[in-house]
Formats: sequence, structure tokens, C-alpha cells
Amino acid sequence: MKTNFQVFSKGIIDVSPFMIPVVPFGLIFGILSIDIGFSPLATMGMSLIIFGGASQIILLQLFSGGASSFIIISSVGAVNSRHLLYGAVVSEHVSDLKLIWKIVISYFLIDQAFALSNEYFKKNKDRNKYFHLIGGGVTCWIIWQSSTFLGIILGEAIPEKLGLSFAVPLTFLALLVNDFRKFINIVVIITSGFVSTLGYNYIPYKAYVIVAALTGLIVAFILTKKLKNYE
Amino acid sequence: MSDWSLILYCGFVTFLTRFSMIALLKKEMFNDRVREVLSYVPTAIFPAIIFPAIFLDNTGSIQIEDNPKILAAFIATCIGVFTRNIIATIFSGLASYWFLIFVV
Repeated sequence: MKTNFQVFSKGIIDVSPFMIPVVPFGLIFGILSIDIGFSPLATMGMSLIIFGGASQIILLQLFSGGASSFIIISSVGAVNSRHLLYGAVVSEHVSDLKLIWKIVISYFLIDQAFALSNEYFKKNKDRNKYFHLIGGGVTCWIIWQSSTFLGIILGEAIPEKLGLSFAVPLTFLALLVNDFRKFINIVVIITSGFVSTLGYNYIPYKAYVIVAALTGLIVAFILTKKLKNYE
Repeated sequence: MSDWSLILYCGFVTFLTRFSMIALLKKEMFNDRVREVLSYVPTAIFPAIIFPAIFLDNTGSIQIEDNPKILAAFIATCIGVFTRNIIATIFSGLASYWFLIFVV
């Protein structure tokens, strides 16, 4: 059996190539947060406390648009609801661990670390295999915190008229690039985009994000079911 | 609500989404069907952020004509689909946007 440190290191090595896009994402977050008017301390606090890139950018976007706290918190929850799925998958591998380890692993349960450790868990059955997830999570944590910090420094030097807030939709667009090749995903994207744009002024409390997302999920539910029936 | 309580609540909600399944899960709750539909969560949520930020102006009205963000987003999408590269997508979009507002 490998030592805890060896498994931890394997996690670091496996996740490293996937850290390259995290750097500009963190920079953009830091720059935008300062641009919108959050203090450097609050910006750092978001990365430390929330530690979830997409949801932190959504927080900024909704906050700058004047959304209520309730909508911001529920949108952050909605964006992060994908972690429920990660947790469900990981739970069978960590069910024997003490509560404190489950809490630590939960904090580090992020997209990239989950994806790579899930592969590792399939191939390795050692008792200490969860150190792989912690290794990947800690690596991403360090990259995310330092790129946020760098963004804060840059943010105070960058003029507003550069229109950097346009980087927000671009960042989310970048996360969807693989979806444009699949039919159901394209339909879901257009549905959600349509509902949110048209509902922006008519759905109260800036709830257009949740309403559009739920509409998109219903479409996905129907289309995936229909497609199965044809098979 | 102060900035800090907003951040703390968002952090708490985020932690709960990560922790709750690890702490509580009974495996029979998640069948393949639930898993399949949940895999569309990012696809359903992200456009709700993307589209209004591109198609609406500062006052919230739909702006189709004289809107450089639409063309820039279209270029970024094409680059993204072609390269599947996150950085290339973001920077091609920003570069075309700057080109359209500062040069054209």
C-alpha cells in the first residue's frame, strides 16, 4: 500500500494540468470583484469561504445587477447543486471515515479534483485513497487563492472603461464549449437563454436565473426521456 | 444584508451542497435517471447568466442593433467549439470586443 503522502502527491500531479485555466478565472474574479466595489478583504473572503469559481462570479454578476440577497444565495446554491452529485458519488468511498475527514473532503470537493479522484477511486481500493482527492483539492485551493489575490492587486490598477465585466458571460460561455456539440444541450441552452433574457424585466426579485434554469432542466428531462423511447 | 453576511451565507450553502450527500446519502436515492437529468444543471444555469449579459443593455432593455457584445460572443463561441479551450474562448471574445469598441 502507498503511504498517505504518496497518494496525496499523486492527487497533486493528476490535477496539475487542469489548473492552467483556473489562473485567468481567478484573476478575472479578483479584478471584477474590486471593479464592482467589494473590498480586497471581502474578495479574498469569498474565495476562502465559498471556494467555488462559477458561483462566486454569479454572486458578483447578480450583486452588481441589484439582486436581493435571497436570490443571490439561492442562485449560488443552484449553481453549486452539481456538488450534490459529486458528493453522492464520493460518499461510497469515504463512508467509513470520521466526521472531521468528511468535512475536510467536502470543502475540497471541486469539479477538477472530483473528476480525477473519481477515476483514481475506480482503480485503487486502498483505505487511504481519499488523500488523492485532498491532494487535488489543496492544489486547486492554492491556485485559486493566489490568483484571486493577484486579481485584487490588478483590479485596483485597471480602468473601468475596458469593459472587463464582459469577461463574465465569456467565462461561462467557455465552460459550455463542449455542450455546443450535443443536440439536447443546445436546446437546453437556447431555452434557458431565451427565458432569462425575456424574463429579466418581468420575473420579480431577479429570479430569472432560477426560473430559466428550471425551465431548461424540464426540457432536458423531457428530451432525454423522449430520446430513450426512440432507442 | 452586509457583504460579509452575504458571503457567509453563500459559503454555508455551498458547503452544504458538498457535504450533505457525503453525510446523508442513501444510495437508492440516486438512480441513473436522476443522475442523467442532474448532469444538465450547468447547461441549464449558465445560459441564464450569459444571455442577459450579452443581449440586454445597462437599463435592462433588449439591445440587438449596435451591440458589439453579440458579435464578440459569437466569435468566442466559434473559437470555443473549434478549440475546446477555455482560455482561447475567453480571450478571443475579449479581443474581438475590444477591437469592435476601440478600433472599428
